[in-house]
Amino acid sequence: MRIQSLVMGVAATALAVTGTLSTAATVAAEELYVPSLSYRTGAFAGGGIPIANGFADYLNMLNARDGGIGGVKVNVEECETGYNAQKGVECYEATKGKGALVYNPYSTGITLQLIPKAPVDEIPILSMGYGLSAAAIGEKFPWTFTYPTSYWSQMSSILKYIDSNGGLKGKKIGFIYLDVGYGKEPIPLLDNLAPKLGFEVAKFPVGVKEMQSQGSQWLNVRKERPDWMIMWGWGAMNATAIKEAAKIRYPMDKFIGNWWSSAHADLKPVGDPGKGYLGANFSGIGTDYPALQDVIKHVVSAGNTQANPEDVGNVLYNRGLFNAVIVAEAIATAQKMTGKKVITGADMRVGLENFKLTDARLKELGLEGFTGAISGSCADHEGSGAVFIQQWDGSTFNKASDLISPMTDVVRPLLEEAANKYVADKPDWKGQTCG
Amino acid sequence: MGLLNEIFIEPFILIADIPDLFIQTLWEGFVSGILYALIALGFVLIFKASGVFNFAQGIMVVFAALALVSLHTKFGVPAWIALILAVAIMGLLAMGIERIVLRPLVGQPDAILLMATIGLTLFLQGAGETIFGGEPQSMITEELGLPTGATDWHVLGGRVTFQHLDVAAIIIAGLMVAGLALFFSKTRIGRALRAVADDHQAALSVGISLNQIWVIVWFAAGIVALVTGIMWGARSDVSFALEVIALKALAVLILGGFTSIPGAIVGGLIIGIGEKVFEVYWGGIFGGGVEAWFAYVLALIFLLFRPQGLFGEKIIERV
Amino acid sequence: MFYREAGQFKTSYKADQAIFPILQDRVGLGLIIVAALLVPLFGSDFLINSFMIPFLIFALASIGLNILTGYCGQLSLGTGAFMGVGAYSCYKLATIFPDVNILIHILLSGFFAAGIGCVFGLPSLRIKGLYLAITTLAAQFFLEWCFIRIPWLYNYNDSGAIEVPTRTLLSVPITGPSATPSVRYYVILAMIIGLTWIASNIIRGRIGRSWMMIRDMDIAAELMGIKPLNAKLSAFAVSSYFCGVAGALMVFMWLGAAEVESFSINVSFQVLFMVIIGGMGSLIGCFLGAAFIFGLPIFVRALPEMMGLAVNASTVDHISRMVIGALIIFFLIVEPHGFARLWQIVKEKLRNWPFPYG
Repeated sequence: MRIQSLVMGVAATALAVTGTLSTAATVAAEELYVPSLSYRTGAFAGGGIPIANGFADYLNMLNARDGGIGGVKVNVEECETGYNAQKGVECYEATKGKGALVYNPYSTGITLQLIPKAPVDEIPILSMGYGLSAAAIGEKFPWTFTYPTSYWSQMSSILKYIDSNGGLKGKKIGFIYLDVGYGKEPIPLLDNLAPKLGFEVAKFPVGVKEMQSQGSQWLNVRKERPDWMIMWGWGAMNATAIKEAAKIRYPMDKFIGNWWSSAHADLKPVGDPGKGYLGANFSGIGTDYPALQDVIKHVVSAGNTQANPEDVGNVLYNRGLFNAVIVAEAIATAQKMTGKKVITGADMRVGLENFKLTDARLKELGLEGFTGAISGSCADHEGSGAVFIQQWDGSTFNKASDLISPMTDVVRPLLEEAANKYVADKPDWKGQTCG
Repeated sequence: MGLLNEIFIEPFILIADIPDLFIQTLWEGFVSGILYALIALGFVLIFKASGVFNFAQGIMVVFAALALVSLHTKFGVPAWIALILAVAIMGLLAMGIERIVLRPLVGQPDAILLMATIGLTLFLQGAGETIFGGEPQSMITEELGLPTGATDWHVLGGRVTFQHLDVAAIIIAGLMVAGLALFFSKTRIGRALRAVADDHQAALSVGISLNQIWVIVWFAAGIVALVTGIMWGARSDVSFALEVIALKALAVLILGGFTSIPGAIVGGLIIGIGEKVFEVYWGGIFGGGVEAWFAYVLALIFLLFRPQGLFGEKIIERV
Repeated sequence: MFYREAGQFKTSYKADQAIFPILQDRVGLGLIIVAALLVPLFGSDFLINSFMIPFLIFALASIGLNILTGYCGQLSLGTGAFMGVGAYSCYKLATIFPDVNILIHILLSGFFAAGIGCVFGLPSLRIKGLYLAITTLAAQFFLEWCFIRIPWLYNYNDSGAIEVPTRTLLSVPITGPSATPSVRYYVILAMIIGLTWIASNIIRGRIGRSWMMIRDMDIAAELMGIKPLNAKLSAFAVSSYFCGVAGALMVFMWLGAAEVESFSINVSFQVLFMVIIGGMGSLIGCFLGAAFIFGLPIFVRALPEMMGLAVNASTVDHISRMVIGALIIFFLIVEPHGFARLWQIVKEKLRNWPFPYG
């Protein structure tokens, strides 16, 4: 009897699975479909949750306040990747058929896998400040964008900051990084710039499994005695690193995290010992912007968010929101240029290449001073955006520097070289020629 | 020549050069070794009494710590009551596991029981993330009255830093092991536990209830998990990434033997100190990050020469 | 009634020893293959890419693990790493010999995995059971570290990822981004059918029977003249070969690019779950288990949608993990032989229907 019912159950499940598989790919018309590859589970959820919330909340705010973009509602659908490249590709394959306009993978690993797929499926990728740095070269990567700046450009901005605070020459820079594609990304630039600018690099890889037990890495830091530390960390790695740094009495004001290593979620668990810790950032802090007030009014107060109200305005929430701003601006630009209301991925690509986020436009959007101006072009897919340095005061972040623009003259040729290298062993890679 | 130099000469020069760093390395290794030993202790307790190799010990650590933190931060329960409630939750979990998983599987081969605990791991992962959320949370260290801060010891022209928390962790771990040892040797239940560990059938025939013993053992392992979770969580964060670290306890068990409590402690210390010293002084030769596999490869070599571990019983199944 | 072999007489040993001696089985298999061939005509790209392709690839990996665990009784937690060895060696082969057909590379890459599998299988001669599981864990972590630390393996790419070049078969692209899902599906289907056929013959043959003797009782097997060295190492080699090919297929035919995390310990567990739920010591179980593990999350995701409820992506993930965990325990308690045993019971019922007993 038991076995029989079990068999029936299994058969029913199988039927249902096949049933759902055949219906899953229905396409809804008259909407702007934006998939959001989020990760609300796993070791990186601490970063993934606020980003996904900020991204969804801004677009939902546009829906509630303006009735969408150009009169068409935006449909944000989340797919859980767990920061896992394989699951990310699964999400991509599952959603690309529904008219996806743009992908924001929030993972360099996933981005790397999607880059070759983008030209084939004609859906652009916006890896906002992460992903493959070489994708900044628009001629070689027509379908990939790294607004507002690439990892390499950002690293050069951080080096500039160090240079203006005591000089670079003869110094030893420690680089602690998550030992995956993301963390390794800026290493070629560091290795390249070290002899040119006269500094020394010591590298401290942190494996994903050791994220929360970094004792030996920091003992090594003590052994090497670097003058500055730069961190490319993510998820649970950040808080642990800052705690360990405090333990070995590493001076916090010589410790700079990149823009994924300096969020409220990373520093809150550390609290006071983290005082003085520096971080790079390119999106404003807090809720004192009219656009954020609109988000609070239309989405958060209305209960249409998954975000904890007190997290609104935090570094990573605003990061996700900023990403949504770029997406919305690109959609609006594409609508204007094509004259269509419901656009396609290919139109979106044109929009991403041509939108201009000037200071005046930022003010119009209610985001004055939120970030530096960005404007893309056919050749420049990173928008040469600048970053500022922020500092943790024990309870929140404050701006500690003005906008620092990257060393474009040094980085750009290196990026071009890397882009050529990427394309070299791919004979049928399609680039584009710009103006 | 260069390689030999890097293996045999440079590390020792470095040790002599910065002796305080070497002492610090030993201390860090000692502390993480104690924490590995605690996880291994949970495995040993259960393995001794029921022959089950409990793969879920790692997730139990996370689960217990998350329960404690969430009770305090999400539901506003005072820290000490939250601690008691967390203990109660681990007790309920032990009863549930015994009733639902173990009792129907009595007498199955070891591998089946192992796989059942892998299933349990997956279930607890999903349940834990559904109930407590997936994001890392900070341990309520101060609320529990655990010390923070550090003391410096100036020695050999440098300094060695001792975190008060680490010292507390070692004291608590020591007290717990002593308590368990007393419990095992002096109490009625403890003697029954040892009887069950020796021979299930004989224990049954003198009227010891296996089911009851199992609940107690899993409960004890749950408390060990909670203590481990608090300690480890206070050192970094409480998150699901901790679970992977718990796999290192498997290597500890190979070294120490599956059934020996002193073995778990010694094995934990060997691995903890060994991997830190190896990473800091010899890791550079391999390009760093050797900590990821040091414990397992050490265990592998150990298995080839002394499969029963340092303190294990000789009745290991061998081919 | 539906599944009666009465009246099907065998007149030669050859007929009696066929893989499918019963007519109904042959018809059924034929129908399944025809259905599989028709999938791309009716199914969406989503169905093929998110379900059919990974399902087939992981079925192959489960066959690999099943050979070791189900047939030879050696528990392994290193499947993910062995798949990685296959993938990385295939990538190296494809870049060193770009002119050789990629399918040959994929098949060859399995041999590298087999070699590594043998090395890490050596401890199995001294230890077994849980202890062996831990040595395979050592293999898993050590190999993972190698994939990160030996840049030669990924051609010194800055990203540390391997990216699949476009390769063609009869001038149709079968790997790389421009290969259509249907083409890749057919290639994989053909390979899986061929490899499953080989696996089933190895298992039925002398080597396979020696594995099962080792599994059932190693001392008795040794007394009867089975050399544990040969039997165990061959099981490790064959198992790793299948895992390696599955890994190469996974990267080249499905993911298109891979980092170390694609071969992490979680993959090892996932394949182990497929084997447990599908049924240890059964080839059809591998397919059922893989289909289940890949189908369940899709089902869990779609079920509330059909009922008109909105459920978060992460909740779906949590629920499917809970369900799979609970099901593993359930199967171990109620039916340790998994889906494969259920399938047998169904066949038995079909045979006797409408009578309760035969």
